Amino acid sequence: MRIDAIGRSCPEPVLMLRQALKDKPETMEIAVDNAAAKGNCTRFAAHAGYQVTVQEEGPVWVLQLSK
Amino acid sequence: MSHRLTEFSSCSGCGAKIGPGVLSQVVRALPNFQSDSLLIGFDTSDDACAYDLGDGRVLIQTVDFFPPMFDDPFLFGQVAAANALSDVWAMGGEPALALHLLCFPTCLELEQVRDILAGGHAKAAEAGVTVAGGHSIEDASPKYGLCVTGFAQKDKLWTNAGAKPGDALVLTKPLGTGILVTAHGAGLLEPPDFTRLTAIMTALNGPAKQKAENYHIHACTDITGFGLMGHCRELAEASGVTVHILSQAVPYQPAAPELARMGLIPAGAYRNREFLEGKARTDPALPLWLEDILYDPQTSGGLLFALPRQEAETLPWPIIGYAAEQGPFPVVVEA
Repeated sequence: MRIDAIGRSCPEPVLMLRQALKDKPETMEIAVDNAAAKGNCTRFAAHAGYQVTVQEEGPVWVLQLSK
Repeated sequence: MSHRLTEFSSCSGCGAKIGPGVLSQVVRALPNFQSDSLLIGFDTSDDACAYDLGDGRVLIQTVDFFPPMFDDPFLFGQVAAANALSDVWAMGGEPALALHLLCFPTCLELEQVRDILAGGHAKAAEAGVTVAGGHSIEDASPKYGLCVTGFAQKDKLWTNAGAKPGDALVLTKPLGTGILVTAHGAGLLEPPDFTRLTAIMTALNGPAKQKAENYHIHACTDITGFGLMGHCRELAEASGVTVHILSQAVPYQPAAPELARMGLIPAGAYRNREFLEGKARTDPALPLWLEDILYDPQTSGGLLFALPRQEAETLPWPIIGYAAEQGPFPVVVEA
């Protein structure tokens, strides 16, 4: 599943991610387009026990989360 | 239908400040005014300007306004006023006179607008400051603050340029307001933490200034939008020293570490981090959450004093670092 948080400013992307991780999925993706959202979602994911890899797709970062 | 104050703005408080990097580029392009009476203007990134009145006094002037971080208009007014007044105290002066600056959308209820101003009045009255008028305009999003005029003795003027190697640095309020405000906006701040937060943000810096003026203060600044790191960089560069931050000694609000780990960090903190790139050396042992707190933009933050260590030890606030001979980095953070 991929969450689209493009155009969203903090803390909204973190709240979207928080909601999506409620059921503790094995993997998750979230697309963001600003440095604060990237940093904050990375921190939230790590705090929730996920490994995070970041892929740059033009002006967008895609964060891939896995347990 | 009534509107929430915070629904109009994407950023709030001192987090809405334009990034220091961008700001200096804009200001650099302007011609500098030359005046023998202007003691402090654009050039040193100080908190307010200072104008020599020629009779042993200097006039201090500052203006500060921002979008709301709270829906409670009275609370927002108090925070904005406390924040604006602080710049005069940070220069070693006493504020005397203030003017309101207010922008608001016409869809706001008049009670909300009135309560913003009432919050400002309450803090001005507490500070012994006369509010003499102001200016209000219609705007898409609300904003409020004050233009404040104060006075200082010329020989007692504090700037950010006087720190000497060996001075201790003292901080009068705990950090974390940007992070807690972000968490509050997300609905994730517990009521006791909110109460602590608002008490800190509405607390005037006047009493701290009045206590410190009995000491040999070499430099002072208030910690606002650029975070502890950004303001330490400014102080270090203006004073020609390197500032060492003792990260274990830095006070922060108890909820800040957990909220920072959850990524409830305002965008301004990331801008501040960028501004310090190549200008700060941080011990790699420092946990990320603590670094985030050091970069966190503060709204109505505390005063940072540089003064002789022996004197600093008798002040009621923690010593959070020291000034040293200028090294390759303006700021060094010790674990």
